[in-house]
Amino acid sequence: MNGRLLDVSDLHAWYGESHVLHGVNLHVNEGEMICILGRNGMGKTTTLRTIMGILRKRQGKIAFAGQDMMSVPLHKTARAGLGFVPEERGIFATLSVEENLMLPPQVADGGMSVDEIYALFPNLKERRNSPGTKLSGGEQQMLAMARILRTGARCLLLDEPTEGLAPVIIQAIGDVLKKLKQRGMTVVLVEQNFRFAAKVADRFYLMDHGQMIAEFPVADLPRQMDMLHSELGV
Amino acid sequence: MIFGVPLQALMGQLLVGLINGSFYALLSLGLAVIFGLLRVINFAHGAQYMLGAFIALLLLTVGGINYWFALILSPLIVGLLAAVVERTMLSRLYKLDHLYGLLFTFGLALAIEGTFRYFFGASGKPYAPPAQLTGAVNLGFMFLPIYRGWVVIASLIVCIGTWLMIEKTKLGAYLRAATENPTLVQSFGVNVPLLLTLTYALGAALAAFAGVLAAPVYQVSPLMGSNLIIVVFAVVVVGGMGSILGAIVTGYMLGVVEGLTKVFYPEASNIVIFVIMAIVLVLRPAGLFGKDA
Repeated sequence: MNGRLLDVSDLHAWYGESHVLHGVNLHVNEGEMICILGRNGMGKTTTLRTIMGILRKRQGKIAFAGQDMMSVPLHKTARAGLGFVPEERGIFATLSVEENLMLPPQVADGGMSVDEIYALFPNLKERRNSPGTKLSGGEQQMLAMARILRTGARCLLLDEPTEGLAPVIIQAIGDVLKKLKQRGMTVVLVEQNFRFAAKVADRFYLMDHGQMIAEFPVADLPRQMDMLHSELGV
Repeated sequence: MIFGVPLQALMGQLLVGLINGSFYALLSLGLAVIFGLLRVINFAHGAQYMLGAFIALLLLTVGGINYWFALILSPLIVGLLAAVVERTMLSRLYKLDHLYGLLFTFGLALAIEGTFRYFFGASGKPYAPPAQLTGAVNLGFMFLPIYRGWVVIASLIVCIGTWLMIEKTKLGAYLRAATENPTLVQSFGVNVPLLLTLTYALGAALAAFAGVLAAPVYQVSPLMGSNLIIVVFAVVVVGGMGSILGAIVTGYMLGVVEGLTKVFYPEASNIVIFVIMAIVLVLRPAGLFGKDA
């Protein structure tokens, strides 16, 4: 692994007056895929939204590629190289599949070409002129990921990509993530599907009540099963 | 004779309807663009239309700048003023209830109209059409004033151009996407606050363009916008709040319906648009072209 690409320390965040992140610490090395595990409502999605800058009421330190991101406005976060794929996918109903794909501006060289994306997601090519929301849930998830891959983002923040999808689609998304890993893409994955995450992630964080309570590499997984059983109920 | 009405009278009113429809379409298009992205019901739209006409008049009387340059300069000036208003004032209200945006623009409209009434009085001032567009063409069944024909053509060009810009360009895709989910679009690296400013400026510039077009047709008066804006709001509601295509099609359609009503039942011509609005609101609350229709 290379050096740290994303470094988060003592990150706090609030929804209005409600204190939801209580000093999150995590780091991601370049080319690494980490996974944040945790039950519903523990702050996983909020962590991604806070790192991205969508949730602005925050304190602590977020460094990306050595740059302090705390004062960077939301539209400049993407330009620094962070790409966010939300849990709800955010496919735009008034745009076609191809318009959705081409919407995010290219932020750096090195993003996938449209041909590469269509090779990775052949379904999208077939339905390129359909309205984005006419796609199945799995296809929408692929489109949501594809449009960030085109931008040249160095780090993908991926929020529950398997949520509500059929097993065969989950496997396809897993295959895509493995290919991204081979390309050296850095990924922060939030996932409740622990078995899915175990196949793709290099390292795990376990989150509870707005804090990281454990961190371990994939090789330690067998030793952590008891804790995961008690924390996640898996 | 058609249904007992002379062809000349029918065509004359159709033309009047089409001209009114041209203004309705341009103004409701601007309102729809602004509402679609900013979720602001821009009550200052009528004042921006009036401002467009007055700036054209002042450019001519003070600067000697003719109609053709005014047709470009006036929307640019009003768009720039609107951008300043959006950046410095309106943008502070986005996090509050939509009612605050409506109240702010309503106050702005009253302030602009009051200021112009103070300096120019309530009576209208004439603005001559350009020499190239004076006179009329004999169509056989009626004489078509050339300037009024130009109004219809210019309005169609600008409406279709704006629609194409929104539907077929990358900037338009940003606008449509930001209308649905501005935060996500911003997270892609698009400067949405700037997009909001440009959208408000574009909407105001469209109103000003309509104002310059209207200057030779109607008198240039501080009240010319407030007389029209209520009808335009009805057009936007019928078309579907925020629907670009709805605003354009409904603008022309209701202008023609109003014109035909003047032929067949003149007593109802002032209320026909509002009756249609009431029926549409009852049957299709999202409007004819609205998303939920």
